[in-house]
Amino acid sequence: MAHNANHAVSQGHGHDHDHGHDGHHDMEALRQMGFWLFLITDCILFGTLFATYLVLHNNTAGGPTASELFEMPGVIAETFILLTSSFTSGLAVLCMHKGNRKGLIGWLIVTIILGASFVTLEVTEFLKMIDEGAKISTSAFLSSFYTLVGTHGLHVSVGLVWMIALIIQLTRHGITPVTTRKINIISLYWHFLDVVWIFVFTIVYMMGVM
Amino acid sequence: MWEDIKDWASDFFVTGDPLIYGADVGIVLASLSVLFVLTYFKKWGWFWREWVTTVDHKKIGIMYIIASLLMLFRGGVDALLMRTQLVMPEMEFLKPEHYNEIFTTHGVIMILFMAMPLMFGLFNISVPLQIGARDVAFPVLNSLSFWLFFMGAMLFNLSFVIGGSPNSGWLAYPPLSEKMFNPGVGQDFYIWGIQISGIGSLMTGINFIVTILKMRAPGMKLMKMPMFTWSVLGSCLTIILAFPVLTVTLALLFIDRFLGAHFFTLDGGGNPMMYINLIWMWGHPEVYIVVLPAFGIFSDVVSTFAKKKLFGYSSMVIAIMSISVVSFLTWAHHFFTMGSGASVNAFFAISTMVIAIPTGVKVFNWLFTMYKGRISFQAPMLWTMGFIPCFVVGGLTGVMLSVAPADFQFHNSYFLIAHFHQVLIGGVVFGYFAGFYYWWPKMFGFKLDEKLGRWAFWLWNIGFYVCFMPQYVVGLMGMTRRYSTYSWDTGWFGLNLVSTIGGFIMGIGFLVQVWQILYSIKKMDKDTTGDPWDGRTLEWSIQSPAPLYNFATDPVVKDVDDWWEEKQRIKAGGKPTPKPALQPIHMPKNSAMPIIKSTFWFLAGFGFVFDWMWLALPAMAGVAITMLFYSFRYDTDYYIPVDEIRKTEAAAGRAV
Amino acid sequence: MKSRGWRRFVAALPLLAIALLMSGCSTDMGVLEPKGIVAKEQFDLIMITIVLSIIITVPVLSMAFYFAWKYRASNKDNVEYKPNWSHSTKIESWMWGVPILIIVVLGVITVIYSFKLEPSKALAAEAKDGVKPVTIEVTSLDWKWLFTYPEEGIATVNYVRFPEDVPVEFKLTSDAPMNSFWIPQLGGQIYTMSGMAMELNLMASEVGQYQGRGANFSGEHFGKMEFTAEATSQADFDSWVADIKQSSPALTEQGYDELAEPGVVETNDTYSSFPDGLFDRIVSKYGSSHNHSAAAEGESSSEETSSEGGTNK
Repeated sequence: MAHNANHAVSQGHGHDHDHGHDGHHDMEALRQMGFWLFLITDCILFGTLFATYLVLHNNTAGGPTASELFEMPGVIAETFILLTSSFTSGLAVLCMHKGNRKGLIGWLIVTIILGASFVTLEVTEFLKMIDEGAKISTSAFLSSFYTLVGTHGLHVSVGLVWMIALIIQLTRHGITPVTTRKINIISLYWHFLDVVWIFVFTIVYMMGVM
Repeated sequence: MWEDIKDWASDFFVTGDPLIYGADVGIVLASLSVLFVLTYFKKWGWFWREWVTTVDHKKIGIMYIIASLLMLFRGGVDALLMRTQLVMPEMEFLKPEHYNEIFTTHGVIMILFMAMPLMFGLFNISVPLQIGARDVAFPVLNSLSFWLFFMGAMLFNLSFVIGGSPNSGWLAYPPLSEKMFNPGVGQDFYIWGIQISGIGSLMTGINFIVTILKMRAPGMKLMKMPMFTWSVLGSCLTIILAFPVLTVTLALLFIDRFLGAHFFTLDGGGNPMMYINLIWMWGHPEVYIVVLPAFGIFSDVVSTFAKKKLFGYSSMVIAIMSISVVSFLTWAHHFFTMGSGASVNAFFAISTMVIAIPTGVKVFNWLFTMYKGRISFQAPMLWTMGFIPCFVVGGLTGVMLSVAPADFQFHNSYFLIAHFHQVLIGGVVFGYFAGFYYWWPKMFGFKLDEKLGRWAFWLWNIGFYVCFMPQYVVGLMGMTRRYSTYSWDTGWFGLNLVSTIGGFIMGIGFLVQVWQILYSIKKMDKDTTGDPWDGRTLEWSIQSPAPLYNFATDPVVKDVDDWWEEKQRIKAGGKPTPKPALQPIHMPKNSAMPIIKSTFWFLAGFGFVFDWMWLALPAMAGVAITMLFYSFRYDTDYYIPVDEIRKTEAAAGRAV
Repeated sequence: MKSRGWRRFVAALPLLAIALLMSGCSTDMGVLEPKGIVAKEQFDLIMITIVLSIIITVPVLSMAFYFAWKYRASNKDNVEYKPNWSHSTKIESWMWGVPILIIVVLGVITVIYSFKLEPSKALAAEAKDGVKPVTIEVTSLDWKWLFTYPEEGIATVNYVRFPEDVPVEFKLTSDAPMNSFWIPQLGGQIYTMSGMAMELNLMASEVGQYQGRGANFSGEHFGKMEFTAEATSQADFDSWVADIKQSSPALTEQGYDELAEPGVVETNDTYSSFPDGLFDRIVSKYGSSHNHSAAAEGESSSEETSSEGGTNK
């Protein structure tokens, strides 16, 4: 999204008039703002999916219910892994601000490994449920469950690919204003997914088994 | 073998109707002639460099407008086909199945593939110029938005000749739009056409918010922005809050159809009413998304042609912004008859009426801008004057519809049809036409013929009233929308006949406009001043058409209507504000990413429509790879040297 | 009562004039010619809103044309030109104040009428003492209307009859994509939706035949979803029922399934009986979709009220 934005800016626009150098600072700020706006739209996207889930979560149509289906140990493990990955992505950003490229790349790799384990666990959970006959076509509850949780998982997977691409870019270009902005954005995205997961955990899993 | 192919082809292509064969031939001929012209004149390189891969907001704006006019033609033909079918009782011009397809495509095309792109076209043409910027915040994203819209529109229109058109109404209520009642591919074309162009709309929303908030010329405080820019801001904020809901809703409908899920189905615990709620949570704000910019255009046009400051600037800003907020609280007025109970209905009735207040205030603002002005009635002002009575009456019937207990008698009748056409044609279309005539010289550097413009205006205006006033009455007589035919004993014949005549008058109006454009191209009445209307805002301070870099030097803004004030100062004997020395201008490079990525989206959408995973999955991978590939490009901009700027400015007769 | 009729007449005059010019006098004017108490109330309400809206639209329109004419650039009279005049607290308070005032008035009226004309509200209070309401179950099918009379035990297709001046309780559902049940001369419409029993209460105040129609698009032959509603005297109604009981065939389970198949019915078939509890079974067939008791989101409030309002009865 915003990371592929290119742009023309004249020197020192608007309030930032006094910067006056080559405008690069402005451009990166613009892109960051664009990404914030994208996150707002993503919030609404998830909000709509949550609303759908809340409306439909009791419509099990004779199929399995949430409490029969969810296995909390796996979910709690997923939660811890994702929360930790959010922390490590924060450490990556800290390294970046210190100009430590190695540390930055290292922590990003740790984040990727944690993220990949999260996705693996989630996919395994889904496959097991499908194996037990709880398919997306079984009931409205399961349709909304798979769609909501799956959309989050898809976001995480996209983030993983994106992070790998950024690591390659970091090895090529080092820490520049452009890569700094890109890393800031992905870490923002990653924290955002973490927050969404906390809602998934509470609303879908906790409320489901209670 | 041959028989197999024939069977497949008769399933794949829509057959059995002379209209469709005619359209097939038309499409093939049109495409061939475009290809021929490009090849014969060796224009492929030019086409690729100057248009397909361009990131220049002005060219993207022009492409949006051309595409939207084509869509206006298609949607208009749909409308006239419907009016022909309804001209008298028991007509057998269209079979019910075709009628259903045509009103569906008419609605979708007019709102999503005509109004939206025409609006985005005008955003692109004028917002950066109005705020003194060199481009939008994300030029490549802007081009991507356009190509996604374009591919979405093409995919949707393709359904006319391949596979079959959608036929469950422009909002495709389930369960009718579910696989159970609608097994064909038309509905999937609908979903993917809208989905792909919807992503583009969302990105345009983000793009223009950042552009407006961050790229204004020095000195242009928020409260010094031109009113059109304000309205674009309001519209874009509404876009980013509303469009994600549409994306999700259509995705869920697709998951239902594709994976057999049960979001909106009748069985398996699905809830069709949830779709209706969700789609209107997007659909109602959508109406304000398209109408707010029209309000902005009228504001700019009225103050320009009355040669007077806009009356009640801050009232206007408050009105625009409050409309974009309240528009999110009214969606349930589209289904008062769903049995929600008196309290829910009363709430949504009142929230709907509340919107009438800021809207009324705007009308007063325009009137008092005209008061003690010096009004000249060139094309943009003429459309504005046509708009005011039309919109006021449309607003009146809107308030009538919002009264929930009375709505039980209006709902889904032609009264409703007449109402929303009155606000959408009288408000949105007239508004965009005003904008189109207003900014045409800025886009192309010459003026449109005024006399033909007047003809077009009167034909549209008279045609409108002849077409839609009878529909109010026939609606109250009990004619409901989407009836493909009616019987003689209903007593609706006379009014429908008149209405059809009106529809054709508007059709002639459109043809006159096409003729007007062609005639004006031939006549070439050049605008050498850059300021043909004695304008007030920054876009009129530069030459027509605007150069690639828009402003040779950054304008510094002191007032609302800065350019007007500058002209007054000079008239009063003052010196023009001195301009800083030229500096190289930083510009974005062209990019092929948008067209490639959008093409992949198109292929993916087409694959999903026909369940061809061998096409859809690689195409989705193509989307991802294009995006990644683009992320690795760091060399994205260049500088225009001072010499070149000086040359361009001198060629336009401007000293720097 | 007299003054109300007069008011109604005056207000409707322009609309009627257009309509009469267009189509002659004998036609059914739908909403404009109410024949039931609900439709009459709604007609009054429509007239009130028109009058209130006219208070603001007429001055606006006159101002628009007057200003445009007076301040035209080609006006040779020496009219005032004030290019910088752009603010007046007095005018701006008026232009916010008047619309707000009108909307407040209209809002109050709307709330009152919303409760008064709530379609699920029984009309027993409006009827003469001792009159027993008639219950009619309505099922929208692809592309026909099935009416079942639980008390009389008869069923009809695309034709419904009830006595005048007797409250009619329609219970509505759908065994096909949703539709909307509308008899303009008797009162407003209500959606028919699968899995729910909606309610609509109407009462005809005159003997007559009224056009009824489906108002929500439901697929290919939606255009054929018209029906006739006829109000007759109680005696005529009773003999009509007796007649059907005697001479019409029965609607069997299988007969219903055939009827429910997508298709158009040109004749107004009548049936002397129908399977027990048919309507309730049609409703509960899709009922599983509406057990969402704990739906927490605001947007679901509307659907909840309706499904509960329907099933609690």
